[in-house]
Amino acid sequence: MLPLLETSDLATRLLQQCANGVAKGSVYALVAVGYTRVYGVLQLINFAHSDVYMLGAYFSYYPAKWLGYMPEGAEKPKVPFYVLGLAFLFAVSACAATGMLIERLAYRPLRNASRLSALITAIGVSILLQNVGQMVFGADPKSFPRYMDQESVALGPIAVADTSLVIIVVAAAMVGALHLFVQRTRTGAAMRACSHDMRTAGLMGVNVNATVSLTFALGSAMAAVGGMLIAMDQPRLTPTMGLLAGLKAFVAAVLGGIGSIPGAALGGLLLGVAESMVGAWNTTYADAVAFVVLVVVLLVKPSGILGKSGREKV
Amino acid sequence: MSDAPATLLDLKDVNVFYGAIHALRGVSLEVRQGEVVTLIGANGAGKTTTLAAICGLLKPRSGEIRYGGESIVGAAAHTLVGRGLVMAPEGRGIFPALTVQENLLLGAYSRRDKPGIARDLQRGFDIFPRLAERRSQKGGTLSGGEQQMLAIARALMAQPRLLLLDEPSLGLAPLVVQTIFATVDAINREGVTILLVEQNAHVALKHSHRAYVLESGQIQFSGASAALRNDPRVKAAYLGEGT
Repeated sequence: MLPLLETSDLATRLLQQCANGVAKGSVYALVAVGYTRVYGVLQLINFAHSDVYMLGAYFSYYPAKWLGYMPEGAEKPKVPFYVLGLAFLFAVSACAATGMLIERLAYRPLRNASRLSALITAIGVSILLQNVGQMVFGADPKSFPRYMDQESVALGPIAVADTSLVIIVVAAAMVGALHLFVQRTRTGAAMRACSHDMRTAGLMGVNVNATVSLTFALGSAMAAVGGMLIAMDQPRLTPTMGLLAGLKAFVAAVLGGIGSIPGAALGGLLLGVAESMVGAWNTTYADAVAFVVLVVVLLVKPSGILGKSGREKV
Repeated sequence: MSDAPATLLDLKDVNVFYGAIHALRGVSLEVRQGEVVTLIGANGAGKTTTLAAICGLLKPRSGEIRYGGESIVGAAAHTLVGRGLVMAPEGRGIFPALTVQENLLLGAYSRRDKPGIARDLQRGFDIFPRLAERRSQKGGTLSGGEQQMLAIARALMAQPRLLLLDEPSLGLAPLVVQTIFATVDAINREGVTILLVEQNAHVALKHSHRAYVLESGQIQFSGASAALRNDPRVKAAYLGEGT
């Protein structure tokens, strides 16, 4: 993200790192909600989710590249906002479709198989998508066109990149909307019912297969938004970019309490901030933070911050 | 006898397997419009399996299941709810993380008529005032009896023509069992046909018109419930009155 401001004031520096961390964490949160919803419904860690995030980055990159233009005297192409909107719609719908397709082809036939089979299949799908990505997109890093002036906005004593603000606002809006959808709508109630007991949900007239498909579509759409935001902010796209981001988002979901959307959001933000803090002190350790957090959470509170421990009595 | 009510549910020679286990062996039974029919039998006799086959949770290997004159073999459970074939499952199947009201509204999932749903929600609260008191409480916090009330009220939200009740007395105190079965009677008087599965043969025979006795996946005998209560075979095996 942004380099540190030239200031010796420790509090300001911490605040600055917090802001950077929140932007980073917002993307983790977007990806984490997909892990958490799918786990909630199928008790499956969908390892291919991180590659849907990668696809989201590419699916937004190509429309932006093709529809962007080269401004007079500039070195990099630029894209107007309506193109970003189109790229957003394309990435979201293509990833939602991909997510549904993965579920239909890879996971549904294993619905009643052991959880380990499904888990191994998920890893297989992930590897497949990475390799297809290399074939189709090429292994060389791609760079997203400029869409903003990439200036920083002063917020009190700290400076936040305008792109970071976009990330935070978009991510908060998307995660909030998903949470409301799941908590307040009839379809959302059906999703929650399926995550407790698919059989009984079916007896209520809920089409379980359609509900699972929708879960994948929504989770994948969120990952697509995350992929697009990160592509716009750190323009370096590779077919394996999902690997580390996906693992971290998964840790965020576990930290917040797997199954819970507010938990995923909270976990993402905490992890992002922790990473930025450690990164400010020593960048080489930043990537390790997530895994230390994972180990600690699993040791101390495996159900996560907002997760429910165990099953309620029936 | 000539103007007997129409048959609503008709099972003919239904066979169900769990892998190599032959769980239902040629089960045939019928439920006529307006009846309460009970299926009694010991643990593992195949009662729940019979209900699962009827409501689409299990596919029989052979045999015919007709509901309202149409074959429903192979129809998915969720498609039958909209046709009025509704089950309140064994163990009650309450969604613990959803509130009482959310549980009830899920029962009406296949309906679109908002005013009708609101009316039936109120009716459920009228039948079981306890549920009204706890409407915004999580389902998982209810007592066993309250959960059974919720399960029945929730099934009613789907406007059943045929209500399948699986072990509604399971694990409940005798007084609560009485309340539940008084409601079953009342629901039937309102015109809902009921197929009741019970281990508690005493209660089941008292609150039904006809009964089938299931043993090891086969119907052993059947008849009017009042008659079966005095049948020595039933008395010995299910009512605990040795002869």
